[in-house]
Amino acid sequence: MITQVDQALLEKIADLVGKPVGALNIRKDGGCEARTSTEHIKIDARTDGNEGIDVRILDGTKGEKCYIPVVISKSGYAELVYNDFYVGENCDVEIVAGCGIHNAGCDEARHDGVHTFHVGKNSRVRYAEKHYGEGSGDGTNIMNPQTIVYLSEGASIQMETVQIRGIDSTKRVTRIVCGKNAEALITERLLTHGWQLAESDMEIVLDGEDSKGRVISRSVAQDESRQIFRPVVIGNNRCFGHVQCDSIIMGSAKIESVPAITANSTEAQLIHEAAIGKIAGDQLLKLQTLGLTEEEAEDRILKGFLA
Amino acid sequence: MLELRHISYLVTEAGAEQTILKDVSLSIPDGRLVVFTGPNGGGKTTLARIIMGLVTPTEGQIVYNGRDITGLSITERARLGISYGFQQPPRFKGITVRDLLTVASGDDRLTKERCCRYLTQVGLCANDYLDREVDASLSGGEVKRIEIATLLARGSELMIFDEPEAGIDLWSFARLTETFEELHRTHRATMVIISHQERIIRLADEIIVVSGGELRYRGGADEVFPKIMADTLGSCPVLTRKEAANQ
Repeated sequence: MITQVDQALLEKIADLVGKPVGALNIRKDGGCEARTSTEHIKIDARTDGNEGIDVRILDGTKGEKCYIPVVISKSGYAELVYNDFYVGENCDVEIVAGCGIHNAGCDEARHDGVHTFHVGKNSRVRYAEKHYGEGSGDGTNIMNPQTIVYLSEGASIQMETVQIRGIDSTKRVTRIVCGKNAEALITERLLTHGWQLAESDMEIVLDGEDSKGRVISRSVAQDESRQIFRPVVIGNNRCFGHVQCDSIIMGSAKIESVPAITANSTEAQLIHEAAIGKIAGDQLLKLQTLGLTEEEAEDRILKGFLA
Repeated sequence: MLELRHISYLVTEAGAEQTILKDVSLSIPDGRLVVFTGPNGGGKTTLARIIMGLVTPTEGQIVYNGRDITGLSITERARLGISYGFQQPPRFKGITVRDLLTVASGDDRLTKERCCRYLTQVGLCANDYLDREVDASLSGGEVKRIEIATLLARGSELMIFDEPEAGIDLWSFARLTETFEELHRTHRATMVIISHQERIIRLADEIIVVSGGELRYRGGADEVFPKIMADTLGSCPVLTRKEAANQ
């Protein structure tokens, strides 16, 4: 049953209000709360014995959305889920995933998800993944998402991952392999606080001629939290890759950012930039001269940075 | 009315005390346009920052509209109607020009038309700039003009501008001086402008030459200008051809 708490979580992680138009699969505490396929997007339970679903998107599907949120409301519950996506040729679709944990108990709640995308020729996929945790108990919320993407010739993916507060520990792994003329864009937004730990390993492999890859990561680490980033772009052909990591460090937090670029072709053009710093004093002062208090100014700067 | 009473500011550097401002007193009536000018390092910016609360004076009192604001924070002064345009404005990743103007105006529903008006007054087109982030992708001159637009959006009674002309091209500068002139003519604000530009100095009701931490001269343009020139050139035998010829 979808409770009011679940409904609020679904709104936070997938902007779901009521029943959306499009294909849908809501997973709650290991069960299937709702599943709807459409004419062009088929969702089925896996048949290989693993937990999870197969999503098949037919050739030429355009302007459709597919929602596959996960809700965990039981303290002490842990799961490992495999979701596979087979996107046909010449598609233009949006896939909204995300996981929300409401942990009111004192035990660990954990979701490990492995998403694998096979994107057909000349298809465009926008993939959004929001992670959010809450709950009145002392139990920790853990999420370890893995996203593997194979882009065929001319295909593209815009992947947006957001995790703002609430997740005590995350280790995310993202790997995208680009074929000829394929394009991958990953934007990551992350805010940790308290004693939270976030680790993010990303790898874009530019295999195909004229492929492009870009990682834009912005994070804020507050209090005693720790973040570790390892974004990597590998150029194996004539290609363009750009890694850009910006972090704001606050309180007693620690951030490690290790971007890497590897060229295995003389035609590969790769750039990386990484910056870690506290909020600049003159930014706070400027906003104070516009009438904000120091706390309001800090909030406004973080809101913009993570927008 | 803004009054500065016996303002001094001292700093200690490498164990030695250095005086930045020495017993400065002045009052600026409402609606006046006052220009602070003078040599680099003379104390102009420190004096302006003391008014906004960005620097705390070692001694002295700041009175604004009859109220002692010496102990008030920057935010409290901003809310009383004082604003400050930085000489080198900060940049913000993720904050757009529209966001900044919205914060400045204090109106969450600031319309595009109003944004457009503020940007036009500094020579920028809203269509090109409203949704751009105020980050390193903008040139120094663009950031500077956006900074001035935030003061226009704020609409404070007392506006302080620290070298508004710095980094701005000639054409935009002409538009900017018109904006200052109009603000002054319509008595919408009291303005303190730190400037070295003759066109801005000529707009002033009063020019104050700040040098060596003191107010060296005060008066109208015709009165003060010759003194500035004499002071600037006076001590250098190469610049003053007469003395140079004598040597």
